[in-house]
Amino acid sequence: MPNLPRTLTRLLLCGALAAASLAHAAADSLVVCSEASPEGFDIVQYTAATTADASAETVFERLVSFAPGSTELIPGLAERWEVSADGLSYTFHLRRGVQFHSTAWFSPSRAFNAEDVLWSFQRQLDPAHPWHKLSLRGFPYAEAMAMAALIERIERLDEHRVRFVLKHPEAPFLADLAMGFASIYSAEYAAQLLAEDKAEQLNRLPVGTGPFVFERYTKDAQVRFRGNPHYWAGAPNIDKLILAITPEPNVRQQKLRANDCQIALYPRPVDIPALKADPALQVLELDSLLVAYIGINTRHPPLDDVRVRQALNLAFDKAAYLRAQYGEGGASPAVAPYPATLWGHDPQLQDWPRDVPRARQLLAEAGLADGFELSIWTRPGGGPTNPNPGIGAQMLQADLAAIGIQAEIRMFEWGELIKRAKNGEHDLVFMGWAGDNGDPDNFLSPNLSCAAAQSGENQAGWCHAEFDRLIGQARRLQDQAQRAALYRRALAIFHEQAPWIPLAHPRQFSALRQGVQGFVLSPMGSNNFSKVKFDP
Amino acid sequence: MTTTTLDQSLLYPSPLKEFWQAFAHNKGAVAGLGFMLLVLFCALFAPWVAPFDPSEQFRDALLTPPAWLEDGQARFLLGTDELGRDLLSRLIHGARLSLLIGLSSVLLSLIPGILLGLTAGFFPRLLGPAIMRLMDVMLALPSLLLAVAIVAILGPGLINTVIAIAIVSLPSYVRLTRAAVMGEANRDYVTAARLAGAGLPRLMFVTVLPNCMAPLIVQATLSFSSAILDAAALGFLGLGVQPPTPEWGTMLASARDYIERAWWVVSLPGLTILLSVLAINLMGDGLRDALDPKLKNAQ
Amino acid sequence: MLSFIARRLGLLIPTFFGVTLLTFALIRMIPGDPVEVMMGERRVDPQMHAQAMERLGLNKPLYAQYLDYIGNLAQGDLGQSLRTRESVWSEFLTLFPATLELSLAALLFAGSLGLIAGVIAALKRGSLFDHGVMGISLAGYSMPIFWWGLLLIMFFSVWLGWTPVSGRIDLLYDIPPVTGFMLIDSLLSEEPGAFVDALRHLILPAIVLGTIPLAVIARMTRSAMLEVLREDYVRTARAKGLSPARVVFVHGLRNALIPVLTVFGLQVGALLAGAVLTETIFSWPGIGKWLIESIGARDYPVVQNGILLIACLVILVNFVVDILYGLANPRIRHQK
Repeated sequence: MPNLPRTLTRLLLCGALAAASLAHAAADSLVVCSEASPEGFDIVQYTAATTADASAETVFERLVSFAPGSTELIPGLAERWEVSADGLSYTFHLRRGVQFHSTAWFSPSRAFNAEDVLWSFQRQLDPAHPWHKLSLRGFPYAEAMAMAALIERIERLDEHRVRFVLKHPEAPFLADLAMGFASIYSAEYAAQLLAEDKAEQLNRLPVGTGPFVFERYTKDAQVRFRGNPHYWAGAPNIDKLILAITPEPNVRQQKLRANDCQIALYPRPVDIPALKADPALQVLELDSLLVAYIGINTRHPPLDDVRVRQALNLAFDKAAYLRAQYGEGGASPAVAPYPATLWGHDPQLQDWPRDVPRARQLLAEAGLADGFELSIWTRPGGGPTNPNPGIGAQMLQADLAAIGIQAEIRMFEWGELIKRAKNGEHDLVFMGWAGDNGDPDNFLSPNLSCAAAQSGENQAGWCHAEFDRLIGQARRLQDQAQRAALYRRALAIFHEQAPWIPLAHPRQFSALRQGVQGFVLSPMGSNNFSKVKFDP
Repeated sequence: MTTTTLDQSLLYPSPLKEFWQAFAHNKGAVAGLGFMLLVLFCALFAPWVAPFDPSEQFRDALLTPPAWLEDGQARFLLGTDELGRDLLSRLIHGARLSLLIGLSSVLLSLIPGILLGLTAGFFPRLLGPAIMRLMDVMLALPSLLLAVAIVAILGPGLINTVIAIAIVSLPSYVRLTRAAVMGEANRDYVTAARLAGAGLPRLMFVTVLPNCMAPLIVQATLSFSSAILDAAALGFLGLGVQPPTPEWGTMLASARDYIERAWWVVSLPGLTILLSVLAINLMGDGLRDALDPKLKNAQ
Repeated sequence: MLSFIARRLGLLIPTFFGVTLLTFALIRMIPGDPVEVMMGERRVDPQMHAQAMERLGLNKPLYAQYLDYIGNLAQGDLGQSLRTRESVWSEFLTLFPATLELSLAALLFAGSLGLIAGVIAALKRGSLFDHGVMGISLAGYSMPIFWWGLLLIMFFSVWLGWTPVSGRIDLLYDIPPVTGFMLIDSLLSEEPGAFVDALRHLILPAIVLGTIPLAVIARMTRSAMLEVLREDYVRTARAKGLSPARVVFVHGLRNALIPVLTVFGLQVGALLAGAVLTETIFSWPGIGKWLIESIGARDYPVVQNGILLIACLVILVNFVVDILYGLANPRIRHQK
């Protein structure tokens, strides 16, 4: 029991002093203003980026890692690996002597080995595994990536060797293993929890091998970690890592300025110029694999008429939209479904100019000189592809009014929006897509193919035989130059048919205090603090 | 023209005049009334009073400060918002919505509230307690949460906001009416009417109800102002009237992101809400003084 | 008296079941289901969706779901959040102290200041002070508090830099949650300066949340005080030659407090509604924000049981106020 009276006296003595000079910013501490509470710490159950930042990037590691700031693969818990010539079997040589975290709730009796790898994957793949049904949410990432249909079996060759056997060759398989859902858990900890009938604790008090040891989480307030002194790649410079949960971007910025936190994640793009102008701050930025677009429901007349869709593209003031939505330099205008940085892009492709008279003329040709009515669908809260949905929808509405189209804005929560858009209830819908592997097909097939039109994921409901044939052919080819040529032809069709109003490829930002070093943005959108140094 | 001298003491003041004298005695109430008349005028003649269309976007004049500040433009007296719309015009048109929301949600809860309250008062055995328990249940939920849940069900929008607010403020009318009815039901004049053969509907609506109106009118004024506040709160949480409709709370919510760069987009709608609600509450005080002499003396 | 309490308690039972039924019905009428929201920006395929609904027991008919729910309640099981898999009860326990701390601070602020201002205004009836207090309190009563909060943050936190922008404490203080009340925990932690820092974080939100209760209490105190000062026993006390202070505080205020206390009780519901907005503005980790977010996420168990817990709290407080009122006022006690 602490001595209360003594504490009180001390408080009175140093109260005034403390209020004046709060012990801010110590070199071994890092406070990060993050945007939301993690959903939990059993990362395989979740998909949100915030959740991954608080577990996959701190507590856990995977067999393979992404090199900081790139999509290049480097060894993680596996020192090296061999792939068989037929591409069906992957043998991993595990790193020796790696210890799981020692915490108040678990003390490991052995180092990391093949058992842990088997446990981490079998739990998600094998319905008979004792932990499989304990996840009420299922394993959304592994399920969405159809891992069970890909992996034939996982074998333990010896204590330090594991072999994955696939049902068919899959080029991105190694990259998949670097993703959050492939995190390696301690099988020993799991056994202990099951024996004590405390399985739910796995989600609350995680144990991994990563650079940071989980300490404590207070919902909607903070997540605290300690540096892992025994980390195999060297203990992190930061001993206390604190994620300060701060949902409002304004507040994150104010706290960063007050040095209440040293890194503010996801600043709003429109605030970037002000942040850059502040000498105490630095701003990191990166081109990302994002596209924001407006899907035009081509099944709803008169939007089935290509002239009408072109008129919409011509009427839209993209430059003003980009300025209001992302600020100067916050995004590049989108012409195609994927960014110009990707291979397979066509530099000749010209965006639709803003041309109201021509738009009116096209409408008149379509017999709609008097205009018509339609609905614009969007969601209430912002996200990376659409930071301020409200003003975006209102700008579109005003632009459409200029060519005589009466548009009504309808807002739905994200889940509801997706569901209804899938059913094709919308006319125009603001959407976004985040590519995960940098392949053009990753943008085209899920969003614009005929199969996607069938399933509803293609919100334009657009099924164009020639376009579909071209991207289908490109998907089966290996040669990048050949594929690029096919994609260029497909893009020309996409542009002319205008099933979307492509909006923007937003850039990714983080704001930091001066003195923070070693933090890099990742093209996958994750945030890792293991190499960060802070020099106050 | 005849000139007759009247003995003033024989004149019984008309109830209206008496009411006005009592009301005018309260200077705050008169000031409130004056402000509300101004708001009402703006609301009724918004298209003529407002300098611009509230939805017109001047894209070369985003976030222009009010005219009296540096960089301000004379044509935008109170400045522009994040889409370059004239703030003054939006506030003026917003007056329409706020008054509409206030008025319709009061009516929408006053009428069913009175009906339920009368029913509860006249059927004290089974129906009355059932109604009152239901009201207890509704009162046990914090009003804003209940409103949020209702809006989540119905979807955001003007009409649904009105419905949510009306439902939330229902219990106070029911309770108030029932209490007044219980107080009146055993009075002699009610018994007399009953003996004279008045039917139940007549007893309820003609005999008893008029005598319960004073507290109800005061309550209606109060809930008029709280309806405006609630609508603004829902708008602030992103669940109220949807943009580009210039509702004051919704304007505040979308402007919140710009608070550091453009104080006027946040301050002015908030100030407008505050002043209107204050004016209505001042009027409410005056009304209570005028209608309910017992309370007046207590002040 | 006991029969009065028993009667009141009897009324609580149907209210309680009414609340369970109402929240159960409300949350299920909201379109969209938790699985879709859970999957976030990823799109769900129908088979996975059906599996997830089955795992969560959401494919059963509604009446069965309701019976499950009541059955679990009877065993004291409030269920688990669909989003976080944490038990609703433990989430409530982490978040509720924050709301309670904020609310108590707000009530303390409103109560102390409101009583003093109300008493002085009553004593100096008609003076400039009286008019000032009444005018300000009416303005406070008319305040859109989300706007008020934003203004105060801009002025005191951003512009003057006197108070922190948001949160409950500077996170560099490592305060283990023992009681959940930051003021107490910061004292227990023995970290120098932590308590003062927690206090600095609490001031602005408490003022914002306390504004409306302050206005109500000041007005109520004033009118109750005026009423009491006219009563015979006060006149008698004065005539006996008791000191004016004694008359006011011992005879006057004590009796004026009864109606004020009632208002205090009635403010609990309003306070919780205000807490929703205040917590949103100050990123205060309390139950208001938790519930609003859970409604958005269709997190059925959290919304149902979170609202149920709050409703029980409101019912309980009003019950206690009722009883106190009954104690003070025999007429109410004997009325049917």
